[in-house]
Amino acid sequence: MREQASISQASTTATMVEMRGVNKWYGDFHVLRDIDLTVARGERIVICGPSGSGKSTLIRCINHLEEHQQGEIVVAGMPLTQDVKRIEQIRRRVGMVFQHFNLFPHLTVLENCCLAQMWVQKKPRREAEERAMQYLERVRIAEQARKYPGQLSGGQQQRVAIARSLCMHPEVMLFDEPTSALDPEMIKEVLDVMVELAEEGMTMLCVTHEMGFAKTVADRVIFMDQGQIIEENAPEPFFHNPQSERTQLFLSQILGH
Amino acid sequence: MIHNHKTIEARPAPSSTIGPIAWLRTNLFSGPINTLFTLLALYLLYLLLVPAIQWALINADWIGTSREDCSREGACWVFVNARIGQFIYGLYPRDELWRVNVIFAVFAILVAWLAIPRLPLKRWVAAVTLIVFPIFVYFLLYGGYFGLRVVETHRWGGLMLTLVLAVVGMVAALPIGTLLALGRRSHMPIVKSFSVVFIEFWRGVPLITVLFMASVMLPLFMPTGVSVDRLVRALIGITLFQSAYMAEVVRGGLQAIPRGQEEAAAALGMGYWKRMGLIVLPQALKMMIPGIVNTFISLFKDTTLVMIIGLFDLLGIVQAALSDSRWLGFALEGYVFAGLMFWIFCFSMSRYSQYLERKLHTGHKR
Repeated sequence: MREQASISQASTTATMVEMRGVNKWYGDFHVLRDIDLTVARGERIVICGPSGSGKSTLIRCINHLEEHQQGEIVVAGMPLTQDVKRIEQIRRRVGMVFQHFNLFPHLTVLENCCLAQMWVQKKPRREAEERAMQYLERVRIAEQARKYPGQLSGGQQQRVAIARSLCMHPEVMLFDEPTSALDPEMIKEVLDVMVELAEEGMTMLCVTHEMGFAKTVADRVIFMDQGQIIEENAPEPFFHNPQSERTQLFLSQILGH
Repeated sequence: MIHNHKTIEARPAPSSTIGPIAWLRTNLFSGPINTLFTLLALYLLYLLLVPAIQWALINADWIGTSREDCSREGACWVFVNARIGQFIYGLYPRDELWRVNVIFAVFAILVAWLAIPRLPLKRWVAAVTLIVFPIFVYFLLYGGYFGLRVVETHRWGGLMLTLVLAVVGMVAALPIGTLLALGRRSHMPIVKSFSVVFIEFWRGVPLITVLFMASVMLPLFMPTGVSVDRLVRALIGITLFQSAYMAEVVRGGLQAIPRGQEEAAAALGMGYWKRMGLIVLPQALKMMIPGIVNTFISLFKDTTLVMIIGLFDLLGIVQAALSDSRWLGFALEGYVFAGLMFWIFCFSMSRYSQYLERKLHTGHKR
């Protein structure tokens, strides 16, 4: 009964992700410092900052790929606890796209998209394949469905990874530097898919250095440095009128030329 | 400014770089020193091979029944011929040999089915081989049911016993080793320390000691009246010993899989066993094949050590036959035969593993 209640409550809640006073250490190293962040349903957020600033760690805490030591994280109305069942429950609602794609190299593109549907959502193969093809078409790669990931280019692999995630019908998508490992000519095909996704109203948290993408789709841009959220603003004021010195320095470095 | 209108067609390589003569020239006779070594090696081969072939094939005796038929100066295979039944079946009752033959035939069919790629239903055949077949073997070999006469395990021997020890050892050691390897990587302290202690204990003890312990010490710990068959004790010893080695082979394979694979599976909501069983282990297995087969081969050869606890495997029974007063002096033939049998099995395993590796590598590259 309680399970049911929490799910129905989850699907109606207006707040998708909430982090309150989150702190995390790697040994002695304090990676996340007093993070407070609220993401509304349908909101698109871009997180940027110098390397080592904790931005990847922050979004990896949301689906518990990293464990935080202090503070509270609530995803789709469910508090994140140590309980394995709860963690898996949250992960089923949170999609994630990685910098290095992390497709399963021993399975075809189609199998990559079907595996979790069949084993986690217990769907019959036919239904899973149908849905997989639907999403592969949306990321414009359906004709490669029978190939292995190793036969695709980086940009194609990343689009498959996005489709694989979408097949699980997530309520929020986490992107961990999705274009950083790509050759320049492939970045656009991935960003196009992400822009479409944003336009359809998907809740997104995106760690990226693609400032063009941030300007087009983000509702809010968050700047992090040394484990802290330094500045948080709508893209327009963020880029044209950054408040903090560190933000100004960072922006001048990446937009400098 | 360079502007090329014409596409350059592919041309054949110069004839001096391809073909058998070019191969000989580059590999065997590329200079005076290499030519010298090539000729020297050929001469050594001649010195070794000619007498070996003369002894084993040309001057050998093949047909006969007793040592009087061994008149020529080469090998006397009559000895092996006369004893072949014992070498293969041990002391298994002569009129019950069909039971062993049926098992050999079924085993050969199952293995061939699994090894030949065109045949269908691989998964079911594998399940039958691993689950139904051992039960079938037990009932048929040991008997006692369905009107079959009981054949005590001390009458088992020869190649049959070697295969029983090796196959049971392999089939049991792989899953136990996999669990131990997963245990050693676990974050749960009790599971982890149990696995580490188990692996390090069995890896630190020679197999001979394990077999002695199994045959001498194990009965001391058993309640009075309960006795465990000697063969079963040897099987348990070999299995535990080999699973420790297998665990380290599997762990090596697991470590070669990037962490991102498990993370991606976790992010899709898969639990631990699904992540391992569907994502990590299938990929790791491919890398583990050489190590697994290496362990299998050493296990196969290590079964000869059961000799010291009084079980007569292939080598044991050959050695026993050498002390037969009617056949004194044929040790060389006996050992060559035993060596050849072991070599055939081990070499087949090695070839099959190479084939598997090649097959599994297609299309899976990252």
